[in-house]
Amino acid sequence: MNDIFIVFLWQTNIQHHMKRRDFIVRGLGAGILAGTGLTLGGIGRLAGNPAATEDGDFDLVAVKGSDPASMFDLAMEAMGGMGRFVKPGQTVVVKPNIGWDTVPERAANTNPQLIGRIVKRCFDAGARSVSVFDNTCDEWKKCYVNSGIEEEVKKAGGTIVPGNSESYYKNVSIPAGKSLRETKVHQLILDTDVYINVPVLKHHGSAKLTIAMKNLMGVVWDRRWWHKNDLHQCIADYTLHRKPDLNVVDAFRVMKRNGPRGVSVEDVIMLDSLLVSADIVAVDAAATKLFGMEPEDIPYIDIAHEMGIGNKNLSELNIKRIIL
Amino acid sequence: MNFKILKWGRVIISLGFLILITFFFIDFTNAFSGRVIRSVLYLQFVPSLLSFLKFAGIGAAGFIFIILLNLFAGRIYCSTICPLGTFQDVIIRIKRKLTRKKRFSYQRSFNYLRYIILILSILLFIAGLVFPLLLLDPYSNFGRIATNLFRPVLLFLNNSATSMLESMSIYSLYRVEPGMHHWLSLLWSILILLLILYLSFKYGRLFCNTLCPVGALLGWLSRFSIFKIYLNRTLCTSCGKCSAVCKAGCIDVKNKSVDFSRCVGCLNCLSSCPDNGVIFGRPGKSEKAVITTYDDKRRDLIRGSLTAMASLAGMSMLAQGRGYGRRRSNQPLPVNKEYPVSPPGSISFDHFNGSCTACHLCVNACPTHVIRPSFLEYGLAGIMQPRMDYHASYCNFDCVICSEVCPTGALRPLKAEEKHVLQLGKVIFIKQNCVVFTDNTDCGACSEHCPTKAVYMRPFRGNLFLPEVDPDICVGCGACEYACPTDPKSIYVEGNPIHLTAEKPIIKKLEQPGQQEDFPF
Repeated sequence: MNDIFIVFLWQTNIQHHMKRRDFIVRGLGAGILAGTGLTLGGIGRLAGNPAATEDGDFDLVAVKGSDPASMFDLAMEAMGGMGRFVKPGQTVVVKPNIGWDTVPERAANTNPQLIGRIVKRCFDAGARSVSVFDNTCDEWKKCYVNSGIEEEVKKAGGTIVPGNSESYYKNVSIPAGKSLRETKVHQLILDTDVYINVPVLKHHGSAKLTIAMKNLMGVVWDRRWWHKNDLHQCIADYTLHRKPDLNVVDAFRVMKRNGPRGVSVEDVIMLDSLLVSADIVAVDAAATKLFGMEPEDIPYIDIAHEMGIGNKNLSELNIKRIIL
Repeated sequence: MNFKILKWGRVIISLGFLILITFFFIDFTNAFSGRVIRSVLYLQFVPSLLSFLKFAGIGAAGFIFIILLNLFAGRIYCSTICPLGTFQDVIIRIKRKLTRKKRFSYQRSFNYLRYIILILSILLFIAGLVFPLLLLDPYSNFGRIATNLFRPVLLFLNNSATSMLESMSIYSLYRVEPGMHHWLSLLWSILILLLILYLSFKYGRLFCNTLCPVGALLGWLSRFSIFKIYLNRTLCTSCGKCSAVCKAGCIDVKNKSVDFSRCVGCLNCLSSCPDNGVIFGRPGKSEKAVITTYDDKRRDLIRGSLTAMASLAGMSMLAQGRGYGRRRSNQPLPVNKEYPVSPPGSISFDHFNGSCTACHLCVNACPTHVIRPSFLEYGLAGIMQPRMDYHASYCNFDCVICSEVCPTGALRPLKAEEKHVLQLGKVIFIKQNCVVFTDNTDCGACSEHCPTKAVYMRPFRGNLFLPEVDPDICVGCGACEYACPTDPKSIYVEGNPIHLTAEKPIIKKLEQPGQQEDFPF
């Protein structure tokens, strides 16, 4: 099983990085792993925090150097396995960013193979149903198809759910919200047992960056109101309604400018990374640094930290770093 | 009897056209490509004629084929190809099933009214006004009726079925909620439908022989047809069986004559005659005299022309008085006055308003529902013709469906690459309305949605960013206007009376990061 997995890693690495040096380093790494039969958790110990605690105790796992789906598997291994988050018989909602009618190479939407893998792993863990939706910006059918996400979800056996009609959204109140006191939320979010948030890390013209907290704007209906009433405060306020159980940040291809829609593939750089955390503020802070900015530059991260929604101080967190 | 085969062939082809065309107008899944749709609509008379006048060529010569058919055997268009004609036949069929009164009878003609409408339509069209033609063109009226009245029924059924399935966690259907169209388009559809229902219930195909300009033109032309329907004076016993089935009411058994200009070519009369007295063929000299009453018609034509001329003067003044005139596109943009935005491929208001019959096919085809019937935004001359309604939605950057389906040539087919630099209008930013300026909070919804970054964010007051616009690379898609949360809007698209070419956004290469060894945290 391990061998198959490593061969898979090796192949995708060749696809994404044709540099000779990478090829040798990774080929060698794979050879060592295959030869010694180390467990996957062991990879992390090779490159990660030497004082690592047992798998499952990390606040945040960061992986770099492979394809998104494989990095997700590695990260979840370190997080203590999918079974920690999805119990047999539970319903799951996976919320990617499918906001735009663009192809995966433009990195305006979450990586489709990553979504497909997450759906598959939810079923592996015994999920009864896995639903995927977004309240898109561009025309929803085109977004679902051209992002590649609809196809991957269906392949993995998940359910693609529309988010295009106000009738799906139910009013919820957020008593502790400062600016956002009530908003309309997609019924699936209200009903689901498990809630997995899978944003893509991108530049954003309005919110500066869009990561995990900002991605939740896609589960509500009346976004214009947020824009009109202190956007950053609304983004932070909304996390009080229901925090995702798990946040998976796709930083494989990253849109560096002209976000969130982008103009061409030239807006995209390869960071080959993936972050996983149950703490939505921590994962946003780490992704911000990965992007090359500081959490203090992004008002909603500061606000959410102050409101006690999560911890933006990465030095206080137990982080597992996996570099392949 | 081979007349029966002929008749049933006609019925099957006409139902085929009706079903397909109805489907085009109610379909919300874009099931057929623009090429298929335009092929089926190739023979629609008015769209083809308009398209031919703008882009002469075999691709738009369907109406010539119709005229040739007409010169061969009369109004085959009216009996077989026109969706509104077949729709009336369906109503008539239902009526005959429901009521006891199953007989039609000979009706007097309304040639005076008929030719006024025809001549007015032609003259006003030559003067550059499509709208009288647009109000009565049978294909376009059928399109509007299907769009405004049939489609909502389908959407209601679809949406109900969707919510039923969704309650069982089945998401194979999806809801479609385009919202209401302008009341004028809705009202006109209701009026025409009621009129059609009344006339066809009471008099058969009276609409086709009084109000329809295509029926009038083809009727007039059918005097030259080689094959005609006539009564054999020796075989006919004036029993009236043929006129009882004639929905055009054009068979006068008393005088054993047929007003072939009003015959819609349904062929029902042929098999009704017990004495084989109804003939479909070349009339000899003796029959010719009684087929039509030429003198009457000539007088009507002349009277009609005179009345038409008189009302033409008044109507064209009225049309020019409202909105913009035909030469408007050369005049400078009026300050603070918004032009409408015409759909992609419409070239210019002059071209568009002069060739669109407001059939609403593009309105239905548009996946984002941004194309909507207008009111007086183009002036009276462009009444009900579609425009881009950026309060309802915005135009998808890569989508060209509307331009592909248009049968009249009002929208020229576009390739996606052409559309990427096609400028329908230009963005205008009103800083004083913008929430960043007034409330000191981040917004940028406009810039978020902009596909070319003609709207971009510039540093402003501390950590804030304020939109700025570069109209040269704006394509006028309206995404910024739609997304803007303020009321009134802080950003909007001013339509281009002549569509222009936008500059391509300048794309600089980004440096890819080196292989970093560690995370920055």
